[in-house]
Amino acid sequence: MIGVFRAAWIIARKDLLVETRSRELVYTTLFFAVSCVLVFAWAFVREGKPIDNASAGVLWVAIVFSGTLALGRAFERERQSETLRGLLMAPIERAAVYLGKLFALLVLMILVEIVLVPIVALFFHAPIGRAPWLLAGLLVVGTVGFAAVGTLFAAMLVRAQSRDVLLSIVLYPVTVPVVMTGVQGTAAIFAAEPDFGLAQTCLTLLIFFDAVFVTLALWTFAPVMHE
Amino acid sequence: MASSAGPDFDIVETRDLSRFYGRRKALANVSLSFKAGELVALFGPNGAGKSTFLGVLSTLLRPSAGDVTYGGRTAQDLGDAARTRIGLLGHELFLYGDLTARENLEFFGRLHGVTDLDARVGDALAAARLEARGGDRVASFSRGLRQRLALERALLHAPRLLLLDEPFTGLDDESAELLVARLRQLGGRGTIVLIATHDFDSADGLVTRGVCFRNGRTRDLAAGSGTLRARYRATLQEDWT
Repeated sequence: MIGVFRAAWIIARKDLLVETRSRELVYTTLFFAVSCVLVFAWAFVREGKPIDNASAGVLWVAIVFSGTLALGRAFERERQSETLRGLLMAPIERAAVYLGKLFALLVLMILVEIVLVPIVALFFHAPIGRAPWLLAGLLVVGTVGFAAVGTLFAAMLVRAQSRDVLLSIVLYPVTVPVVMTGVQGTAAIFAAEPDFGLAQTCLTLLIFFDAVFVTLALWTFAPVMHE
Repeated sequence: MASSAGPDFDIVETRDLSRFYGRRKALANVSLSFKAGELVALFGPNGAGKSTFLGVLSTLLRPSAGDVTYGGRTAQDLGDAARTRIGLLGHELFLYGDLTARENLEFFGRLHGVTDLDARVGDALAAARLEARGGDRVASFSRGLRQRLALERALLHAPRLLLLDEPFTGLDDESAELLVARLRQLGGRGTIVLIATHDFDSADGLVTRGVCFRNGRTRDLAAGSGTLRARYRATLQEDWT
């Protein structure tokens, strides 16, 4: 038997290879995220000037909405030809399936964010160069928390009839702390008078959320997948 | 054999195995025993419990009551290692359409810890007669080609218990004959092969034993020298109460 991290890597690499071939998720997710930002720009930017403190919220809403789209589709692929059962038939820990899917989703969401952040900066005059590493840390760590819960719920709902609707209903209430903390930390960087201390605190809090969510997801994934 | 080490199954047994879906009983106190080298056909009407039985044996489904032992040990005792020796070919084929035939085999081979993977994948493609199409995406294959590839996917890690759900679906006569020959070869090597099928013609002369499912209960096929179809019909007409 192979180890959990090696198995997770094999699954993640397969997901990324499939995505490289189809480019279905990256295009749809990116298109949706950019559309989201453009709609917000239409609403919140007047005569080239955005309303105060909108950029952080717009950025996170675009990430969360487009991420939800990616989560649903990532497991929809495994439903076709029942490949999820093929994965579960492999002599590997169930946690490896979860970690592999999570890692591939993170790569996709971070790729989308790399495109999204400059677009938000352009339309909302967000000072992304002010503390780039702190901003990157908030986005990556926040995305891990969101995707950790989302991957678990998407797997749970893979056989549900109304899975796309249900995913949003169950995912958003649980990830509210992650999103709010992410918005607050990002807003602290983008503010006219930046508060890097608050942003650091938010980053620490997000790391704590990540630890809790990933641990709980790893704990519950195996029983959820058994049936 | 080029595969990861794992427990060896010389006998697989179910004892009072039951499985419920809500209030519906899909399997009812099924007690069966399968020895190494046996090729067993599972017959029965649709919804009789054949696929559920294979699902429980594959470890994908948990029994609601009773237990399954593999070489004397339960799936819980064996843990994830139990699946190193189980191969499953379901209704759906567990293949990724966006990957090539070779990539599909390599992916599942790696997950199963198959050693000497390149050689094994080459052998598997040859056995499926897909050497020339190893680099083609599976999405471009016909159902029959996918079925042949999926069988090799299920055999890649040299399972000792092979579970096949309608394996003859979509196969032309020649491919069905090749499958029959392959299954005989596996039986000769000591693999336990369970085949849920409605294809009596293909199963006739292949299987060493037949089990009939009806409303979640089982019974060995009626003895006799007739065809499997005739013995199956005779079994269904027996009193099952």
